[in-house]
Amino acid sequence: MTLLSVTNLKTTYRVGTAPLYAVDGVSLDIAPGETVGLVGESGCGKSTLGKTILRLVEPSAGRIAFDGVDLTALPERRLRAYRRRLQMVFQDPFASLNPRHTIGDILLAPLDVHRVGSRADRRQRVSAILSQVGLPEDTVARYPHEFSGGQRQRIGIARALVLGPDLIICDEPVSALDLSVQAQILNLLANIKRDLKLSLLFISHDLSVVRYLSDRVLVMYLGRIVETGSHQQIWKNPLHPYTRALIDAIPDPARRRYAAPLPGDLPDPRNATKGCRFQPRCPLATELCTQQSPELRSARSGQRVACHHAEITAGPT
Amino acid sequence: MAPLLDVRDLTIGFPSATPVRNLSFSLAPAETLAIVGESGSGKSLTALALMRLLPSTARIASGRVRLDDDDLLALPEVEMRRRRGRDIAMIFQEPMTSLNPVLTIGRQIAEVLQVHRGLSKAQARREAAELLDLVRIPNPERCLDDHPHRLSGGMRQRVMIAIAAACRPKILIADEPTTALDVTIQAQVLELLDRLRRELSLSLLLITHDLGLVGQWADRVVVTYAGRKVEEAPPDVLFEHPLHPYTQGLLAASPRLHENLHYRSARLSEIPGNIASAATQAGCPFAPRCPVRLTQCRTNVPYERDAAIGRRVACHVDISESSRGLHHDAAVSY
Repeated sequence: MTLLSVTNLKTTYRVGTAPLYAVDGVSLDIAPGETVGLVGESGCGKSTLGKTILRLVEPSAGRIAFDGVDLTALPERRLRAYRRRLQMVFQDPFASLNPRHTIGDILLAPLDVHRVGSRADRRQRVSAILSQVGLPEDTVARYPHEFSGGQRQRIGIARALVLGPDLIICDEPVSALDLSVQAQILNLLANIKRDLKLSLLFISHDLSVVRYLSDRVLVMYLGRIVETGSHQQIWKNPLHPYTRALIDAIPDPARRRYAAPLPGDLPDPRNATKGCRFQPRCPLATELCTQQSPELRSARSGQRVACHHAEITAGPT
Repeated sequence: MAPLLDVRDLTIGFPSATPVRNLSFSLAPAETLAIVGESGSGKSLTALALMRLLPSTARIASGRVRLDDDDLLALPEVEMRRRRGRDIAMIFQEPMTSLNPVLTIGRQIAEVLQVHRGLSKAQARREAAELLDLVRIPNPERCLDDHPHRLSGGMRQRVMIAIAAACRPKILIADEPTTALDVTIQAQVLELLDRLRRELSLSLLLITHDLGLVGQWADRVVVTYAGRKVEEAPPDVLFEHPLHPYTQGLLAASPRLHENLHYRSARLSEIPGNIASAATQAGCPFAPRCPVRLTQCRTNVPYERDAAIGRRVACHVDISESSRGLHHDAAVSY
């Protein structure tokens, strides 16, 4: 039983005359009540993937089945009904809140657009949501600038919740927050997810945060999924050399030093090379990798990896 | 060893606020000192004060910054201009905004060498290429003629480091040098800074919000909260046995340090509230969020005291007491 099933999704931007394949054939499933973590560095296409699932960006190919209905085939008018059930939380809560609207207006707007209940019902709904995200009653009359970063993210979460969605896509929801506030927001997401039986797609560059909040993890590199597995598998037994490099690069005060950093930069996604996209930076790359792009294949129970040499890295660490 | 840089009792005020209060720390030759704090802790202003680059509305209300035998805060501006770059240099978080977009990389590095070291144009260009090589930029000759937008974020930060290193400063201040960079690039830049510290024997003042970085790269850590130092210690003991309730709270809240915690079975430990509450606080700035506060914490500022050899802390609570009740491994299970 899946709630969301994305198949071979592609999103192409035009940069000048050249196409940029931001999302290049991604498939993923999310079950009801499941949290799927999507991790990758800037420019890997993870935010584009999130926006494409909501059709805030139009896909160039592929299928997005939500509760059995293909969203890519729906006209805008019918899509709106599904947007009630699919919501998004953004990284920068300030940039995503209109500074001239009160929090009450911001939270009422989705209810007005979707004509939910009477005016009194809507007001009641807003105050119930505010208490659910841990904000005081008087928040409704105040403006975004009156709140701290953490409180603004609570408002962003409240706005996503107000229509009673089944799935929320969270795009870097804690990246702009200080560590002391980050834990508050992660706990809030964990609690509302449990209480409302939500599904989450949790997008972040920080694998340690993704590991905490996800059931399954997808690792993305330059438009493609390079590894998927349970949160324990990805954290304890990463197979793809990129996943291993991401884990090694997490500054951990408990470790005094880490493995040599990955050489090179993320290549420009416009210069798509033949073969494996990670190959120019990969410590295991061989002739084969420059010729042939590896497909995702099953490695061990439920864990999948797109690497010609994954067995080598599967050995003792 | 005598400290190279000694900052005493630094207080920075704006008309409406005092973001840095009575801050003291020192930096030994070839040492890496990390100043850790979240946004609003005054750490970037401290760096700007050392460079004498504070915005004009800011006022240094007290303090001195001794480097060798001079108080940097008392030097005439003409003299300070000579010291910047030569004695003390700085790199910033966002390398794109610190580089001039219309000048080539070569021009921007050569300018420093011509102004500060009086090199000729040809000499400066030659040395600029050597500096780019020093910071491991591939193809330094070609990079000299590139404009900043052609470079990735990591490469731009390397160029900034090359400019900062151009006059062989004694002290390099790195203000959030990797915050804007991807994790795999962060590691490269930090390794570069550490290599320069060793090869050029410069002292590194690493300013960061990321507690994770300091364990790997710092010799000593100063933890600040709302403009005050709350704790100072070498990183290993700081992580092993944090003394201040704020440091304890930060370590407990970090998902990196609790890799067995999962949302299905447990919650992260939280620090309630936010730093904004510190602005109007009379006593200890952390008191409104502190789980072990005493009545006096609301009224009296706790002054720094020695807690052990090489360790200082500013807290009224009897430390042995608080660390028993609040070990940083404690996670709220549910």
